[in-house]
Amino acid sequence: MSNWIINQGLSAFILVVWMGINIFLFVYFYLFYDLGPQFEYTRELLGSALPWARAPAAVLNFNCMLILLPVCRNLLSLLRGSFICCGRTMRKQLDKNLTFHKLVAYMIALMTAVHTIAHLLNAEWYTNSFQGRYGPLATKLSMLGDSRELNTTYLNPVRSNSTTPTILVFTTIAGLTGVVITLALILMITSSMEVIRRSYFEVFWYTHHLFIVFFAGLVFHGAGRIVRSQQVTDPPHNNSLCENQLENWGETADCPVAQFAGGFPQTWMWVIGPMIIYLCERLLRFIRYMQPVSYRKIVIRPSKVLELQLVKPGFKMQVGQYVFLNCPAISQLEWHPFTMTSAPEEDFFSVHIRLVGDWTEKLIKMVENLPEGGQGPKMAVDGPFGTASEDVFDYEVSMLVGAGIGVTPFASILKSIWYKFKDSDPKLRTKKIYFYWLCRETYAFEWFADLLQVLEKDMEERGMRDFLTYKLYLTGWDQSHVNHAMVHFDKETDIITGLKQKTSYGRPNWDREFEQVQQENPSSVVGTFLCGPQALAKDLEKKCVKYSDVDPRKTKFYFNKENF
Amino acid sequence: MGKIEWAMWANEQSLAAGLIYATGGIVGVAGQFRGWQFAAFGIAAGVFVCLLEYPRSKRGKGTSVERTGQYCFTVCVNAFGPLTRNYYVRAFLHAALCVPGGFMLATVLGCVCLGIASLIYLSAAIHGEHWEPILPRTEPPKRVGDSIKEPPQNPPPRPPPELRRKKADKLETAAYDNPMSVTVNE
Repeated sequence: MSNWIINQGLSAFILVVWMGINIFLFVYFYLFYDLGPQFEYTRELLGSALPWARAPAAVLNFNCMLILLPVCRNLLSLLRGSFICCGRTMRKQLDKNLTFHKLVAYMIALMTAVHTIAHLLNAEWYTNSFQGRYGPLATKLSMLGDSRELNTTYLNPVRSNSTTPTILVFTTIAGLTGVVITLALILMITSSMEVIRRSYFEVFWYTHHLFIVFFAGLVFHGAGRIVRSQQVTDPPHNNSLCENQLENWGETADCPVAQFAGGFPQTWMWVIGPMIIYLCERLLRFIRYMQPVSYRKIVIRPSKVLELQLVKPGFKMQVGQYVFLNCPAISQLEWHPFTMTSAPEEDFFSVHIRLVGDWTEKLIKMVENLPEGGQGPKMAVDGPFGTASEDVFDYEVSMLVGAGIGVTPFASILKSIWYKFKDSDPKLRTKKIYFYWLCRETYAFEWFADLLQVLEKDMEERGMRDFLTYKLYLTGWDQSHVNHAMVHFDKETDIITGLKQKTSYGRPNWDREFEQVQQENPSSVVGTFLCGPQALAKDLEKKCVKYSDVDPRKTKFYFNKENF
Repeated sequence: MGKIEWAMWANEQSLAAGLIYATGGIVGVAGQFRGWQFAAFGIAAGVFVCLLEYPRSKRGKGTSVERTGQYCFTVCVNAFGPLTRNYYVRAFLHAALCVPGGFMLATVLGCVCLGIASLIYLSAAIHGEHWEPILPRTEPPKRVGDSIKEPPQNPPPRPPPELRRKKADKLETAAYDNPMSVTVNE
């Protein structure tokens, strides 16, 4: 439970605050339009559909302001950098930006639905009211014309008998922009479904740019000032008195003709800030795109993995961060994220790119056709992004668990730890590392095995064999593996990876592993870091709790759920 | 845009369109709007589209993710054969269903969304896609080679005859111990 509070508490708090603001806005504006005297006559025509339309509008204003902010990556990096003092939990919230973006999007969709339905009712009732179906007061109000000479201002946007709700919507700015932006929203949402996003990212990405249409329409949505409130006249128009004296309006001193005016559009005030910030964000991406990046080395690894070592002036990274790469020769608009596999101590940064889809396939093909020692295709780099995993260095004993592609950030971490150890960096408190590598097959990760081999050799030369204990688990084994292992069981190095440490088959028995760590490090604080699937995270978290002891002389395990 | 299967997006779009069509229809009928007959049609059309689009098609490449509980819908939709398999038919059907929605405000959004879905389905059909049901794979029975049905042609391997017969005084050199007599005479 306490682990949950440490890990999730701040997120839960932020959600509660956000939801609280939403509820407050909804209720406040509902009551404002439901009880406000200036809308009494409007309510005569529309009933409670007016507040039901205006309350979600306020919530929409708030959420449309928020939705652009979580996707301003560079802004988040800036915040992250300035929060270095304020503790890790704060910075980790910034990693959940996409989750928040989706949550806000759902709220926008929900509120749009409520808002649209309420306005459907409004359009219908305005029309009915003009046609005299709601009694004498409503008819009188609807008949108020918009005329300078007669000194009347209108209340009902429907001004003629032939106006149907459809015509009303399509001939007013509010109606037209409303339909257009709702359509844009629907297209954005259907193309952002997980199925589409995971399979055809381009469709999602290009369709999502409809947000430009959305925000443009949103800003002009209120320009028609179609929501009208009653103005104070001189002498004042007493509603309760004049309701029953419809014939006397304009005739008696108590009842001058009621005057109305449209409300000043406010949405732009909410969204202009984030729109400018996002514009700056895209500008910054463009500037970074123009900065020169040169290739230090290009290596084609087995199983179609490409290693690129790049140099960019002024580029500073930390362990576990990622960059976005753009190759104009392949696609002008696509930026793809890759975790960095080099350590900050090196004077270059590297990424290992696997052949996964179109973009990577074209890149690998281009590189394969390069002359020996030639420079690669022009590449633009944006980043680095992501919360650095600095905590790894703080623990005396670290258990690092990498599953499948999750092993990539650990390349950076292991290299950095080794550099720090060699330079006797005082920041490094780690004395012992247990590294667990789980994968279904080693295909496409041979380069990581190479890295481990290099570290292994280095450590042996320094007599530091115990510094790093690594265990490899091949979870996708079959009979042929077994046969192969049986035949070569007496070889010194492992048949699959070539490492001294033999590969185990199947999933690790975590109870045994934790017991072993506990026994070998009786009174240490052990930090457990995982980059892998959620189910494994839950498992490890439970084991950490199980094997930790309150007694300070015994081992304590802390679980860090990393989001690389 | 890569090897996209347009039908996947068309499916999401038409499911959303069906919901919006039906919701607009419900508002129109419940509010007793003028032209509520179109709204009633909208409800029926929207529900029909949702039922038709709920079962996802099997993907041409890659793993297909089912929607929860879609199996019974898959069976129903599959029963209509080429009518539901062919995306040209679907595109035309959606186009036809969406037209009445344009006559009334409450259903106009559903109409436009369904129209867009129809266009995407048309694109899918032009690219040669079609609907495939996701049916549970029956496990193929464990295949043992046919030769197992025939009696063995050769006797099992045995050590040479000198070692085969156990002599009482040469127990150590005997290849194995006979539980019962193996010679005719003994």
